[in-house]
Formats: sequence, C-alpha cells, structure tokens
Amino acid sequence: MTSACAPMRPTVEEPGKHMIATLVFYMFALICVASGVLVVTSRNPVHSVLFLILAFFNAGGLFVLAGAEFLAMLLVIVYVGAVAVLFMFVVMMLDVTVAEMKQGFLNYLPIGLLVVAIFIGEMLASASVWHMAPEAAANIQAKTPGVDVMSNTSALAELLYTRYVYLFQAAGLVLLVAMIGAIVLTHRKRKDSKKQVISRQLARDAKEAVVLKKVETGRGI
Amino acid sequence: MADIGLGHYLTVAAILFATGMFGIFLNRKNVIVILMSIELLLLGVNINLVAFSVELGDMVGQVFSLFILTVAAAEAAIGLAILVVFFRNRGSIAVDDINGMKG
Repeated sequence: MTSACAPMRPTVEEPGKHMIATLVFYMFALICVASGVLVVTSRNPVHSVLFLILAFFNAGGLFVLAGAEFLAMLLVIVYVGAVAVLFMFVVMMLDVTVAEMKQGFLNYLPIGLLVVAIFIGEMLASASVWHMAPEAAANIQAKTPGVDVMSNTSALAELLYTRYVYLFQAAGLVLLVAMIGAIVLTHRKRKDSKKQVISRQLARDAKEAVVLKKVETGRGI
Repeated sequence: MADIGLGHYLTVAAILFATGMFGIFLNRKNVIVILMSIELLLLGVNINLVAFSVELGDMVGQVFSLFILTVAAAEAAIGLAILVVFFRNRGSIAVDDINGMKG
C-alpha cells in the first residue's frame, strides 16, 4: 500500500503545519476507533449511545481533515443531532437493565473473534498487493474543483442538483417512506381516549336534543 | 512522521468496520447495540468513500456517501420503530428471546 500513501492534499510548505495535521489526524482516528470499540463492549446501552456520538464527532473531524466539509457537518447534524438522539430515546424508553446485559457476554466471543480475524486477514492480504490502477485517474466522473474556485458544499450541490437530481429525489422518497413506516409501526389506536365524532355532532339538532315539558302548576315533575 | 494519505484513512475505516462486525457477533443481549454496530459499519464505509473521493479528486464518492447517510438514517428509524413495537408485544429485546420465526 506504499504507493497509495501520497499526500491527499497539496503539500503544505511549512513543516510545522504539516505535523499538526498529522497529529490531529491521529487524535481523531484514535478517539474514533477507541469509542467505536467502547460502543460495542459497553455493558450499559446508554454509555454505548454516548460513545457512538463521540465516534461520529471524531469521524466528522476526519472528514474535515480530508476536505469533505459538507459531509462532516451532515454527520454531526444528522447523526449526532437526530439518529443518536433517537437511539438514546429508545434506549431510555425500553429500560434494559444493566445486569441483564452482563450474562451471555462471552458465549459468542470465540466466533466473533474468528470472523473478525478472517476479515482482517482478508483485508491485509488484499492491501499487501493492492495498488491504484493507472487508468483510475482517467475515469474521474466529476473532478473536484479547487478550494479557491468553489467550496466543497457548492461543488456537491452542483452535482446533486443537476446530474443526480433524480437520485436526490429518490433519497427524499426513501426518507418519506421511512417516516411513514415508523409512524405506521408505532402508532396504536387507544380505546380509552375520547374523540370527537364529527358526523354525530352534525347529525344532532335542536328538535331531538331539547324536549319541552309542560309542568302542571303546583305538582312538580 | 509520515504523510497522512489514503492508506491511513483506509486503515481507520477497516478498523471501524471490523469493530462493527465484532459488535454484531459479541452482543446477544440487546438489539439496540446491534443497530449501533450497523451504524459503525456504515461509518467505516463512508470513511472509505470519502478517502477515495479526496484521493482521486472525484466528487461522486461524496455524493454516494451522502446517499448512504440517507439510507442509514432511514434504516435506523425503521429499525428502532420495529424494536419499539417488538418490545411492546414481547416485553424484551434480548436477541435470545427473538425466536418467533424459529429460524
């Protein structure tokens, strides 16, 4: 993989700045990986959600460092702001006890380790012989404009609203279907709630609702 | 220190992906943690896409990553809704108790 390790951005002139970028990368990467591990291994699901938020924040930092600012902001807003809060909400609503989480933790450890070891072995095997194809540079679909020409957000928008506008609409449909699906799944009719019945209200009139009684004088009803 | 390049980003992504896979296998008590592991898998894939997009100077990778984020959000919403309904019916979300289909 040595051929792939060319610098991703144009090299910065001052060596000090370069070293800071490297250090920041390692900080984000280490915290991201560590919190990912803690998501998986935490006993308490609430801690898992909090570490998931940390992992997403640091992945957002990695995106900024790579130069994908818009996706970084999207990650922070959509994931940390919406998805993680949704997870937190469900975790707290479903009230899973911590003691319940403790049992059976190690039953599946060997097979999990086996699968992960196979995966890592495959990755290492393919990475050891992998190199960028020479014709890959000729296959670029949409060249990234330089940062002095256009910001990352504008470049993404120019693609998204022109060439991929149908896919963009389809993504909106996916979200719409997910929203309707979630509402339909979790909505339930409550039998004890009192509701208006509009037709009965409209069908009522004064003739049948009010009865006039002639009470004889001095007798009472 | 070496330059930060494609390989570094791919390594982080692979580690996150492996962590997510490990989480799916390890956790048999709580379906929510499995959903979170799936989010970790998708995050690893997104880092891969962004890294290649920046390395090659091709914006399409970031567009694709955006669509993956959309689908992941939809998946989380539906998954959690199913989980809430399941908990309402069965009173438990332990993986060992989910055997209604005898699979």
